[in-house]
Amino acid sequence: MSLILQALINGLVSGALLAVPAIGFTAMFAVLRFPNFSVSGIATLGAFAGYVAYGAGLQVVGSLAVAFVIAGAVGLVLDRVAHLPLVKQGALPAAIASIASGLVLENVVRLGFGNDLRGYDRPIARDMHIGDIRFSPQQFETMAVALAIMLAVFAALAFTRIGKAMRASADNPELAALKGIRPQRIAMMASFVGMGLVGMGGMLLGLDSSIDPLTGTRILLSIFAAAVLGGLGSPLGAVLGALLIGIAEEGAVLAVGSAYRAAVGFFAILIVLSLRPRGLLGERAF
Amino acid sequence: MLNYLLFIATIGGIYGLLALGLNLIWGGTGMVNLGLAGFFALGAYASALLTTTGHLPILAGWVAAPIVAGAAGLVVVLCTTRLREDYLAIVTLGFAEVVRLVASNEIWLTHGTDGISGIPGPWRATLGREWFNAAYLPILLVVLVAVFWLVRRIDRSPYGRVLRAIREDAQVAQVAGKAVLRYKAQAFALSAAIAGLAGALYGHFTSYIAPDLFLPLITVYIFLAVASGGVGSPAGALVGAYLLMALLESARFFVEYIPAVSAVQRAALKELLIAVALILVLRLMPRGLVPERIPRAPRA
Repeated sequence: MSLILQALINGLVSGALLAVPAIGFTAMFAVLRFPNFSVSGIATLGAFAGYVAYGAGLQVVGSLAVAFVIAGAVGLVLDRVAHLPLVKQGALPAAIASIASGLVLENVVRLGFGNDLRGYDRPIARDMHIGDIRFSPQQFETMAVALAIMLAVFAALAFTRIGKAMRASADNPELAALKGIRPQRIAMMASFVGMGLVGMGGMLLGLDSSIDPLTGTRILLSIFAAAVLGGLGSPLGAVLGALLIGIAEEGAVLAVGSAYRAAVGFFAILIVLSLRPRGLLGERAF
Repeated sequence: MLNYLLFIATIGGIYGLLALGLNLIWGGTGMVNLGLAGFFALGAYASALLTTTGHLPILAGWVAAPIVAGAAGLVVVLCTTRLREDYLAIVTLGFAEVVRLVASNEIWLTHGTDGISGIPGPWRATLGREWFNAAYLPILLVVLVAVFWLVRRIDRSPYGRVLRAIREDAQVAQVAGKAVLRYKAQAFALSAAIAGLAGALYGHFTSYIAPDLFLPLITVYIFLAVASGGVGSPAGALVGAYLLMALLESARFFVEYIPAVSAVQRAALKELLIAVALILVLRLMPRGLVPERIPRAPRA
């Protein structure tokens, strides 16, 4: 029983971290209309940018800001240069180009840092116990940061002009353009903020474990699964999906061991697509 | 040197098979298979297991591999055909990862990350290594030509025209009374089967397979081959595959000469080069070297 409870808590924590890049991915999909596979490379880039900033003496929050800006800027440039010019031909050429640019980023990081595992040098803190359940204070700190990021994103989407413009543009680009919302600006905003979130997600997920050039590739399927599960294009759905994927992954570790943890995302996608193809909250719950 | 060229020609031919398979669905129906490496692996493992653990003749492996990979392709495509193409892209990507996970973890069956060694090659023992390479290339070329002939037949047949119609506008094809779903599923399964066959031919050539040989990078290679050759053109797929081989090998020599880089950095540079090449090809020459020729509709 306590094992299951422990898995549930661990799953909620990792799900909350996963939600950050999943929101970024799904928001980009809502506006730009192609699945951007370079999130793998961007997540790695964010994790390493945060790592360097943290090593240089910044605190967690400051390092996350660095990860956000660098990942967002690089993501924006890649979208402009490599992906969006291809969207005219359809979503697939853009998606294929984004796989290539993810690979570029992964190898740029590998050129600079090699293949070794690196860990953030965080102060060691003693685990807390309630009954048989173990909590690490740092895990909760990371989760609190993730929740704060999510709150900020949702507040921005709900209350700011640019957030409302983004939602309008995702809902109906032509109508939004008629109302004077410039689609170009919205697209750039979506690339920057979306990839910034993915970069922060890479760092958040790396904080508690370790990072290497394949960090982003390993979480790619989980990010996709969270977004598809919630309904592609729906940020709230992405959060829900991420929590469910987090719990399912911890559950799978409990049931069949850690070897097949990475397969959970794939099977979740298959099940959702067969039973409820538009995801839990539908595609347009922006 | 001759042996090296034979080796390159054979591996290039295997990439050519994969490219023909990808071209059939990408050029044909506009679907993509980002899990190409997974179907390639599935065929390689099926044939290797049947001929080592199963003690069956090599030919049986070569027959079984495309069947296994094709069946897997059918399952994958049937889960997603009702949806937009971008979902298929995501699912196939996941499929390849799962194949690699199973190959790495089901040690009783696949020997895990150690891989399977000692996969028999036709007359390898009697020919010796060098003559074996020389004998394998013609076998591969026969298969390659046969598959090329097959996909070109499809390309120019009424069946191929339906596939193209689906690529251009699935709704119109549906309205014209074509069973779009069935065509898509058949094309995808056939494409997966070709990838499986390529896997079998690969395993029996190198005599060793392991999960690490079937990284998603292979899929990127093949996309580069098809894109540079010309999407929708079978001849372009073959041209692209050998071009890819030339690029891979020259990249290997090129990075050798860069001073003061480690082996890891060399490998990273090579991958970087391939990825940049794919972006450039997609961006600058979307029609490829051998552009697709749409045959004129026959007069009724």
